[in-house]
Amino acid sequence: MKRSMLALALAAAATGFSGTAAAQAKEQFIPAAFYWVGPFAPGGSGIAAGFLDYLTLLNERDGGINGVKLTWEKCETEYITSRGVECYERLKKRGPTGASLFHPLSTGITYALIDRAPIDKVPLITLGYGRTDASDGRVFPYVFPLITNYWSQNTAKIRFIGQREGGMDKLRGKHIVNLYHDSAYGKETLPVLEKQAEMYGFKVTNIAVPSPGNEQSAQWLQIRQLKPDWVILRGWGVMNPTALKAAARAGFPRDRIVGVWWSGSEEDVIPAGDAAKGFIAAGFNAAGDKFPVIQEIRKHVYGKGKGELEDKSRIGTIYYNRGVIFAIVSTEAIRKAQERFGKGQPMTGEQVRWGLENLNIDEATLKRLGASGFMPTFRITCEDHEGGGGVRFQQWDGKQWKIISDWIPTDQKLVRPMIEASAMQYAKEKNITPRDCAKEK
Amino acid sequence: MNVGFLFEVLIGGLLAGVMYALVAIGFVLIYKASGVFNFAQGAMVFFAALTFVQLVKMFGLPMWLAFPATLLVMVAVGVATERFVLRPLVNQPPITLFMATIGLTFVLEGLAQLVWGSQPHGLELGIEDVPMEWLSQAAGINVSQFDLAAAAIAGVLVAVLAVFFQYTRIGRALRAVADDHQAALSVGIPLKHIWAIVWAVAGFIALVAGLLWGARNGVGFSLTFIALKALPVLLIGGFESVLGAIVGGLIIGASEKLAEVYIGPYFGGGIELWFAYVVALLFLLVRPEGLFGEKHIDRV
Repeated sequence: MKRSMLALALAAAATGFSGTAAAQAKEQFIPAAFYWVGPFAPGGSGIAAGFLDYLTLLNERDGGINGVKLTWEKCETEYITSRGVECYERLKKRGPTGASLFHPLSTGITYALIDRAPIDKVPLITLGYGRTDASDGRVFPYVFPLITNYWSQNTAKIRFIGQREGGMDKLRGKHIVNLYHDSAYGKETLPVLEKQAEMYGFKVTNIAVPSPGNEQSAQWLQIRQLKPDWVILRGWGVMNPTALKAAARAGFPRDRIVGVWWSGSEEDVIPAGDAAKGFIAAGFNAAGDKFPVIQEIRKHVYGKGKGELEDKSRIGTIYYNRGVIFAIVSTEAIRKAQERFGKGQPMTGEQVRWGLENLNIDEATLKRLGASGFMPTFRITCEDHEGGGGVRFQQWDGKQWKIISDWIPTDQKLVRPMIEASAMQYAKEKNITPRDCAKEK
Repeated sequence: MNVGFLFEVLIGGLLAGVMYALVAIGFVLIYKASGVFNFAQGAMVFFAALTFVQLVKMFGLPMWLAFPATLLVMVAVGVATERFVLRPLVNQPPITLFMATIGLTFVLEGLAQLVWGSQPHGLELGIEDVPMEWLSQAAGINVSQFDLAAAAIAGVLVAVLAVFFQYTRIGRALRAVADDHQAALSVGIPLKHIWAIVWAVAGFIALVAGLLWGARNGVGFSLTFIALKALPVLLIGGFESVLGAIVGGLIIGASEKLAEVYIGPYFGGGIELWFAYVVALLFLLVRPEGLFGEKHIDRV
């Protein structure tokens, strides 16, 4: 924060606060509203560090994006919706062109901003969280649940379990317990899981864990009695290590528990100690620091003493790498927008939205970015704000996450009609006329 | 109904209740000695456990040394609380003291994260948290040896505190202070020393609770939430009784687990958190001062 604030202050001082167009023109402002304190700080601070380190990398190594320096300002949300909205309001008009985009990093904050974003013309990037049906860009032009949303992820998870059982047909007659955080986030996948149970003939038992989830003996006694074949862990925060510890007490094998990506970080398993060994979790980013993009950050950012993390052992962890992905999609959208609206110029939120809607992260792009295998390929369109990215599964060996699957494709044939139906219902309730994407091509 | 399973749920609930009681004892101690409901007890648990873990991890202290070192830190926190928070508020209404402890909560939470960072940590105390195999095989019931160890520790704490309050000079002075600050001062009880002692002892309880809960779920900010589990326990047991905290813990633990397993499915599950408060409210209707709380009679 000190650096970006100082840069902003110096820029303002040099231009006598009014500034000249020439002096301001080469800056692209990106809000950094994350959480560094409070119960969810381990996730928030890791993602924030990866995000800001990547922006620093582009500034230090490339001089920004086509000569446009990236600037930012930190804002602490503490994962509290009202604070997140306050951060958004405070930062949306910063920089020569206003906020390029906004990462709410909270489903609650996302919901609170969905109606404001189109008015302010600030795209919301909700990567791996948020409102699932916002994947329909015709109804939600300013919301981007990129790569894979919760419903898609759930279909990949069932495919993974099918693979483990020896084929999708082997799922018939199996019993899966869905242990979920008793919140809007936790309940998000109930409908899609139900549909999949019908499709593949397995039985689902949903068991809720009241928030925060720091006591789960009753739930795991139920699981012990039900003797399911698999448990899906849809947890968040302390619910995850508590579940793994309780599973060990109940004698349930951890390699039969598959977590959502918000259950699959180092911060979720280390507190559980040996009880976490064998636990499997979904992910849209890999762990580790061997990827060229992370090595570049080490060299150009930490090598110059400009990194965000004091504890450098966190570089390459799941949350850190996820933050790098947040930054990659953000900056690539800005780069794409520049191709259309003017190379070397700062972009407005509206222009960045175009960049996002035309974003194609293919293998060639990942190679250029040093991120092959680091994240899945995906392509965004006016209709599809998700992009159909795959999901990879990893297993905790007691010391680190080991990738145990390829990128498993999601079941868009199942998910897309559900998304469209839900989005159209929302459009009807809110009196929104869906965009005709054919006219915008 | 499977009787064996019912029995297992009941035992699991009772043992969970002991863990709640460990936190509740900290509340009772402060209330009993000063008449203050210490909102900061959860934060103290978090602060103590995080300090212990980081002394071991960052400074390489062995656990046997980290324990007294953390205790010293908690005593310092207790003394500082008396000096800078409570002493200026002597003879103020209880609500003022309560509000001061809310402020203390945020200070302790912020300080802990500032000094030790916000990352969660694992904590292994050397007591395995896995079912005892012989019991599983003999009766088909899973009981963790960690839970039994926690119950034993809670039992020892209760016995020590009961003796302390009932039979020691300081203990009796603590009770006198709780009854009336001014009256206690007038008979020569050194209020500031008494408060510093009781906050230091509460720090010790917080450390024990923090270590046991930390070994159970990891040491992180979420430890502050366990205070929520202690509130219904206090409502049932009474704010002034250490024994009440244990009995209240057992009642809450058993009833919430039985409710979650047998009633929860009819309500979509996840009812145990609020069900505990329902039980506590029902007790309040019958015994407003709790099972072991002192009955207050005010002359009009």
